[in-house]
Amino acid sequence: MSNNHHNENDHGGHPSFLAHHFSSPQQQYDAGKLGIWLFLVTEVLFFSGLFCAYAVYRFNHPEIFRYAHFFLDTTMGAINTVVLILSSLTIAWAVRAVQLNQRRLAVGMLVVTLLCAAAFMVIKYIEYTHKFHMGLTWGESFAPSAEALREVLGEAHGEVLEKPANLHLFFSIYFCMTGLHGIHVLAGIGVIIWMIVRTARGDFSSEYFGPVEYTALYWHIVDLVWIFLFPLLYLID
Amino acid sequence: MSTTNYLTCSKGWKSWFLTLDHKRIGVMYLTAVLSSFALGGLFALAVRLELFQPGQQFMDPTTYNRMFTLHGAVMVFLFIIPSIPAAFGNFVLPIMLGAQDVAFPRLNLASFYLWMAGAVFFLVSLLGGGIETGWTFYTPYSTTTADSSVVSALMGVFVLGFSSIFTGMNFIVTIHQMRPKGMTWFKMPLFLWAIYGTALIQVLATPVLGITGLLLIVERVAHIGVFDPALGGDPVLFQHFFWFYSHPAVYIMILPAMGIVSELIAAGSRKEIFGYRFIAFSSIAIAILGFLVWGHHMFTSGQSVAASVVFSALTFTVAIPSAIKVFNWLSTMYKGAIVLNTPMCYGLSFISLFGIGGLTGLFLGTLSVDIHLHDTYFIVAHFHYVMMGSTAVAFMGGLHYWWPKMFGKMYNEALARVCCLFVFIGFNLTFLPQFVLGTRGMPRRYFDYPERFQFLHQLSTIGAVMLFITFFVMFSYLLHSLVRGKPAPMNPWGANTNEWKCSSPPPFNNFDVPPPMENPYDHTNLVFDEKLGGYRAKQVINS
Ligand SMILES: [Cu+2]
Repeated sequence: MSNNHHNENDHGGHPSFLAHHFSSPQQQYDAGKLGIWLFLVTEVLFFSGLFCAYAVYRFNHPEIFRYAHFFLDTTMGAINTVVLILSSLTIAWAVRAVQLNQRRLAVGMLVVTLLCAAAFMVIKYIEYTHKFHMGLTWGESFAPSAEALREVLGEAHGEVLEKPANLHLFFSIYFCMTGLHGIHVLAGIGVIIWMIVRTARGDFSSEYFGPVEYTALYWHIVDLVWIFLFPLLYLID
Repeated sequence: MSTTNYLTCSKGWKSWFLTLDHKRIGVMYLTAVLSSFALGGLFALAVRLELFQPGQQFMDPTTYNRMFTLHGAVMVFLFIIPSIPAAFGNFVLPIMLGAQDVAFPRLNLASFYLWMAGAVFFLVSLLGGGIETGWTFYTPYSTTTADSSVVSALMGVFVLGFSSIFTGMNFIVTIHQMRPKGMTWFKMPLFLWAIYGTALIQVLATPVLGITGLLLIVERVAHIGVFDPALGGDPVLFQHFFWFYSHPAVYIMILPAMGIVSELIAAGSRKEIFGYRFIAFSSIAIAILGFLVWGHHMFTSGQSVAASVVFSALTFTVAIPSAIKVFNWLSTMYKGAIVLNTPMCYGLSFISLFGIGGLTGLFLGTLSVDIHLHDTYFIVAHFHYVMMGSTAVAFMGGLHYWWPKMFGKMYNEALARVCCLFVFIGFNLTFLPQFVLGTRGMPRRYFDYPERFQFLHQLSTIGAVMLFITFFVMFSYLLHSLVRGKPAPMNPWGANTNEWKCSSPPPFNNFDVPPPMENPYDHTNLVFDEKLGGYRAKQVINS
């Protein structure tokens, strides 16, 4: 850290938020923005492996996906979708508020975002425990209870479905995708808390709001991934 | 000249381990990757000594499997991939631009610590019994049959991947945003074009390796079945995922090496580089084409014939930008006033070894020929010509080229040139016989072999021992130079890129005033000065 301030005197006119190696706030902002976009690209590619696995298995074994999606609770999934879209709106609002120097509104919007993220995780937790309870887990450990199988036949509205082989593959993919997404939500919660603290103590202003905006961009991508996951996993037909 | 430099401006272990200075981070990376190179080299030596004669010499087959796996994994993930970008890229990128630092110094330090964490995971897996899957972690070895610490090695690969991604992100943003006024894209040294192309691959390919590693860990630990045919999964899917990263990764290894060679050849020929734009754009072309050819690793894995034909055709297109580079280097040397200093010797060594490595790749890209050569020593020889003969040789060239700048000391030039020659001889002695072994049917990774292959195997082992001794001598004279070496001049090779316009070693700040942004390959204004032991600008009177 000491090096960072080593040559402070060379840059007498620098505002406090400007790191020593940048020549202007604009350069610092642009660098951060390009950096976060590149990071989001890596996030998309990171998930793309799982989407690719999904596509391969769905193409080769459509019957597994058709049968297995009846096990998922569409209502819970839909509520979570709404919750996340709402949180994307509030965090975008927070960025706007910071840019307009409305500190209290910004903190408020970030807190609402945080609550939405927490609500998402609570609902996900309820869904997961229900799945574990029913024996609907991944790969080798997959052992659906009689109750679970009965539920599916109910959902299928009298349509007689034959239980396909390797049904567990759907749940392997389901848990990998939603699990990885959940980890990203948890990371987002951490960053949003940090942004609430920094906004509340007055680090940001219309001059300097980069970090809030970068957090919002990250949160949008987390939201976006879910918007793809919801129909791909819950709304198969 | 300033009185303090980046090495002396602050003291104590904290000033190193918590530094945000790109030069110190570069030096730490250099130490780290050279240690990995030594470790990976020891594993290689063990493998070659075991193969000196048929039958068992001093290790059992499982230990042998672990040795070649550790050799491959350490060399690829801990040495080659980070080597040139993280060590030299970090050190020279901002200075070449005339900037003060990379865009995200904290992220830069974080990537170094991620590298360290990855190395720790590898050590854990080494102490936990090693891995015997081969560096490619193919299923079902990695998921089912290997009885060892695969998970910690995969964790290592995952973490190292993120180290590489963050370095790449940092470099892309630095090149886009940190160029001072006057440093246009086409005034950038070709090394930076190469580093830029590399960074694109690091950012766009490595995340896929990350998710593949995670899936493999989950597969091994929780048996999810995605890669396991017993559970309805597809092992070839793993190969697609793995090579989607690992083929572009070959260009993460070779592109920065080509960048170094462009610098070495231009400086050593005392002539402006020929075809600057062609070399610059061929780096980007290689980066893009590299994403489209991964299927050539699966010609014998049950991939459809149609896919194989397409992948084969695309593979040949990579030869075009590679050849463009080679021809431009040769044209640069044509009618140049070639100075055979150590960096230039490595540059020449690179061109001939890369020529062999690249051309033998065409044999392997040809479907009908690959059926015979797949998984033989031919492919082992081919990729060692590219990875070691090209990348490691260019790395050594870069090390000798920038060593005076990094540490302000000159090494023993005569000894260095002799070592360069012995690296060349030792390398060819090790790997030329392997081409012959491969075409005669010796499969790779086998512990034992029939009597008739013994002579060629022995040549190869003698070459490996020769390389080992040469590298030992090289590290000795380099370390010796730190203590006893002559002080280095500002510009020992007469290059015109910006890193030669600040003192050796550079001051903490790189430049108090950004240097004039000129054509980086215009050497006409530089003359050799006996008193300085290096080059200086013509019109300036030596004071
Ligand atoms: Cu390849």
